[in-house]
Amino acid sequence: MSVDNEIVRKVAKLARLAVPEERIEPLTAGLNGILKWIEQLNEVDVTGVEAMTSTVDMKLPMREDVLQSGPTGGGQADNVVKNAPRTEDHFFVVPKVVE
Amino acid sequence: MTDITDLTLAELRDALKAKKVSSLDATNAYLANIEKAGDLNAFVLVTADKARAMAKASDAKLAKGEGGAIEGAPLGIKDLYCTQGIQTTAGSHILEGFIPPYESSVTTNLWRDGGVCLGKLNMDEFAMGSSNETSYFGPVINPWRAKGGNSKLTPGGSSGGSSSSVAAHLCAAATATDTGGSIRQPASLTATVGVKPTYGRCSRWGIVAFASSLDQAGPIARDTRDAAIMLRSMAGYDPKDSTSVNRPVPDYEKSLGASVKGLKIGVPKEYRLDGMPAEIEKLWADGIKWMKDAGCEIVDISLPLTKYALPVYYIVAPAEASSNLARYDGVRYGHRAKEFTDVQSMYANSRAEGFGKEVQRRIMIGTYVLSAGYYDAYYLRAQKVRKRILDEFNDAFKKVDLILTPSAPSAAFALGEKSNDPVQMYLNDVFTVTANLAGLPGASVPAGLDAKGLPLGLQLIARPFDEETMFKGMNAIEQAAGFKTRPENWWA
Repeated sequence: MSVDNEIVRKVAKLARLAVPEERIEPLTAGLNGILKWIEQLNEVDVTGVEAMTSTVDMKLPMREDVLQSGPTGGGQADNVVKNAPRTEDHFFVVPKVVE
Repeated sequence: MTDITDLTLAELRDALKAKKVSSLDATNAYLANIEKAGDLNAFVLVTADKARAMAKASDAKLAKGEGGAIEGAPLGIKDLYCTQGIQTTAGSHILEGFIPPYESSVTTNLWRDGGVCLGKLNMDEFAMGSSNETSYFGPVINPWRAKGGNSKLTPGGSSGGSSSSVAAHLCAAATATDTGGSIRQPASLTATVGVKPTYGRCSRWGIVAFASSLDQAGPIARDTRDAAIMLRSMAGYDPKDSTSVNRPVPDYEKSLGASVKGLKIGVPKEYRLDGMPAEIEKLWADGIKWMKDAGCEIVDISLPLTKYALPVYYIVAPAEASSNLARYDGVRYGHRAKEFTDVQSMYANSRAEGFGKEVQRRIMIGTYVLSAGYYDAYYLRAQKVRKRILDEFNDAFKKVDLILTPSAPSAAFALGEKSNDPVQMYLNDVFTVTANLAGLPGASVPAGLDAKGLPLGLQLIARPFDEETMFKGMNAIEQAAGFKTRPENWWA
């Protein structure tokens, strides 16, 4: 399988990456080089093989559904917005999304 | 006395406990080394004031006969670890100026045990690279140079700041991370010891995520003892990481010097690559002989799917990365573009400006292989091949205790030499990436020099959570290799 410029434009949109038109062609060529190399995986027989989901043989641990203390807990509004480019009263500010 | 920065972490620890030296003296000596080593570009940020304050606090504890396992030892921290109140960039423009309000679990463990933070170490952007050239803050330079040459060589990647600073004695030891070989390959290229422990051994909480099923923290240090000391402090169960494994952390130092007699060492024939430099073949043969002389039994094994490991990795890792890096949207933290017309173009422009070329390439691959219509052909197939690679290792470890291979397919190469061909660059991880896919512990130990006088490492891979046997084997290689050469100091 290979990608064409149309697919690359679509993928860039899905990935939320602004790619200028003159970069599309080289990006397509670059991705095809990598995809061609990856395609050797088709040589491997995977009939009846279950896809791997984790390297660790363990159950996902459960915990009590209670508020934690510390950075993963509550009362952190100041910290949550501290690194945001624009905030107002503990809200993240973005361009208008509803007309 | 000798230069305090020439003491290994173990020697420094003992000298500090015996009150022969102070942490503040050691810290100041390292800060002076760092200041002179600007040419190496190993640090993104030096935290001199914090380091001195931590050193003074350590000295106060040591004076009372108190303190943790590495009390007062000055360390370098890869800039992928979030450090509270200290800029953490992951080598990326998109996180420039990001100041985490929390501390990663691994660094929390290190400070609990008395470590002193010298600063944040340069790295490939989001740990995506094998030469440190993808860093937004410029490439790190290897303290090693070819005999008679003065061209700038890579210290490997992505933990190039860690390997370079340990090799150049800019810190007593460093933290690093390994997703496809980012601890072991840089260690091999700089004659340092790098340990990637079993997946789940070190908490990933607070480490900027690249590929969550592969990322694992570990140390780069000057010798196996120092690596053992570092890993013991870094490792441990953490409920904040759901893949952290709850089992006790052994004292890895106790494994050092133990006899390796009777251990079965697997030598996989598929790691003998076409066109591999003869020097690496020879080094591997040396390693086999050393283990045999130490009383090990050498077992020829076959891992036929080895050649598929890198292609699997370049589906799984970008897929996970494209998902993990979706969080950088210019809203909650990180870079926001100045020019945009609506919220969608704000996302797309912020990400295009903030991410470098290689990161964007991997996000694109990851988004593509996960997208509707391609998921089964790429991602699902890759995860099936990955399962077969794991099964192959499980079978091998029924017959052997450790697997011995070269760490990297070449010695340090020049900056720019491989950066135009992504696949050539990816091949750097050909020997290391299998351990990530299977979640196994792996380590690189310096074992010799090539004809140009550049270091080469040997890799040991062990069973899950059998780092102790791995350290035994590493120590045996270290003893037999007797590697003592240091790079000539041209940078200070």
